Amino acid sequence: MTRRRLPEWFLLLLPAIIVIAAVVLIPLIFSLYSSFTPYKLTRPSTLWKWVGTYNYEKILTDAKFWAAFGRTVLFLTIALNLEMLLGLGIALMVNKVTWGQRTLRTIIMFPMMFSPILVGFQFKFIFNDNIGLVNNALQSMGFNVALPWLVDGKLAMFSIAFAEIWMSTSVFAILILAGLFAIPRDPLEAAKVDGCTPFQSFRHITLPFLMPFIYIAMTIRSLDVARAYDIVQIMTGGGPARRTELLWTLMSRTGYVDARMGLANAMGYVSIILSVVFTIYFFRKLTAARAQIGMEG
Amino acid sequence: MDRNQSYRNHKRLMKALHFSGLFIVMSIICIPGLWIVLNSFRPTVEIMAKPPVWIPTFTLDHYRAMFGGAGEGGVPVFSYFRNSMIVSVVSTAIAILIGMSGGYAFARYRFKGKNGYFVGLMLFRAVPGVALSLPLFIVFARVGIIDTHIGLILAYVAMNVPFTVWLTDGFFRQIPKELHEAAEIDGCTRWQAFWQVEFPVAKSGVASAAIFAFLTSWNEFALASQLTRSVGSKTMPVGLLDFTAEFTINWGGMCALAVLMIVPALILTFLVQKHLIAGLTFGGVKG
Repeated sequence: MTRRRLPEWFLLLLPAIIVIAAVVLIPLIFSLYSSFTPYKLTRPSTLWKWVGTYNYEKILTDAKFWAAFGRTVLFLTIALNLEMLLGLGIALMVNKVTWGQRTLRTIIMFPMMFSPILVGFQFKFIFNDNIGLVNNALQSMGFNVALPWLVDGKLAMFSIAFAEIWMSTSVFAILILAGLFAIPRDPLEAAKVDGCTPFQSFRHITLPFLMPFIYIAMTIRSLDVARAYDIVQIMTGGGPARRTELLWTLMSRTGYVDARMGLANAMGYVSIILSVVFTIYFFRKLTAARAQIGMEG
Repeated sequence: MDRNQSYRNHKRLMKALHFSGLFIVMSIICIPGLWIVLNSFRPTVEIMAKPPVWIPTFTLDHYRAMFGGAGEGGVPVFSYFRNSMIVSVVSTAIAILIGMSGGYAFARYRFKGKNGYFVGLMLFRAVPGVALSLPLFIVFARVGIIDTHIGLILAYVAMNVPFTVWLTDGFFRQIPKELHEAAEIDGCTRWQAFWQVEFPVAKSGVASAAIFAFLTSWNEFALASQLTRSVGSKTMPVGLLDFTAEFTINWGGMCALAVLMIVPALILTFLVQKHLIAGLTFGGVKG
């Protein structure tokens, strides 16, 4: 009577697999199915009507969708790169400080604790064209303007990007700072003796060493890029006239306001693929960077 | 002499630049948050004043209105706070238990397709909350756990498990294998060896994973806004919306609730600050 027992590692992983299957996988399969139907929340019977790839064809030929998609990719590219550069800059500056470094580090972590929706409200308040801090400050300094920060399309996009960067730069700064602390001293000193300029030793020693840390930050960020949804939803709701519409706001409007679940789920799949591509890309970069400085295992 | 002088000037200039750069960065980081705190203590008339009033007057009106339940709209802030606490604490506890066992499996056992499992697990974390909320809403409505604590807790556990696995895996890997082997030779079972030897060593890592899970649940909005409906289950991020009407926003009240939301997160983060950073880097770099 010897039963074949499941291997231990599988038993240990089982709870995680069960929870994720129940709460994420099953709904995702359901949504994949419903993206092939004309499902509307208001008419449940539409769930059983198969329309094939109709929804996908519809979004792929929809200019509004492509505008939102393009804007999302552009927004993420700009935001992530700026966050990385600013984070690097901040980390280098803080690393040079000789006293009070702990306090500075704590301050940097500050935005990490903010809920994205709170960040949205906060900047909606600050960029308010009538009573916002920015316009008030401008006016008190003598500029007789009331810039329509959240009403004009371009300015609104800037404000949203500002909020997003404010919220997420700290992830980069903190992780890169941790990398700077861990950097070995010897190669840097050797380079100095050999006559490298500070820029050269930064470019050829510090930066390659920091790369894995940068990619960890990128990976962590790419896991929840969709948090930008909260910010946009609160600050502009995708307006004015869809100028700040991102993939996620478009999707939630299609799903909840227009109640066209089938179509919204099709968009959802596009957004999932987008996130997954981002994540896999950075995961691979991370592995490669680790291999380069021999930190595997 | 001349070269010395110019070198010294150059150095002084760099120092000034460095200092002012730091100052500007820190101001940009701090001012938005401080502005919220400041405005939660100012009367509405003053917030709305045109031209702006720069010297603030102090009032507790917004807090009184918020906790009194009366005032504009009467926001049931205690219920929101309680809901947030229950959901975040319970989901964090469950996610840590599940994630820890998963992380341990990845750190200690060799098996086929390990990397595949790992990346697969992480990818589930990458599913955007909004995209998940559409089908989850329908499924939960069918099962009948919409607008309950359980529904939200389940969703957050699933959301937090992958990241917890990542972090704890990194920490367990730091612990030499010999430790639990020695304990087993001394007569412990694997189970005992884990709880009495390995867990205490990895405790700080587990704590940092817990903070991350807690903050994620505490701050989450996209799922909560769809899966909760009534005072009985709405969390604070959703409650923030109560201060907005069609065309107006009660800024002062909102700032007060915002302060209430940040304070627990702040306290928690300060407590485990150091481990937080270590947790992130261990998990990633040595993973």
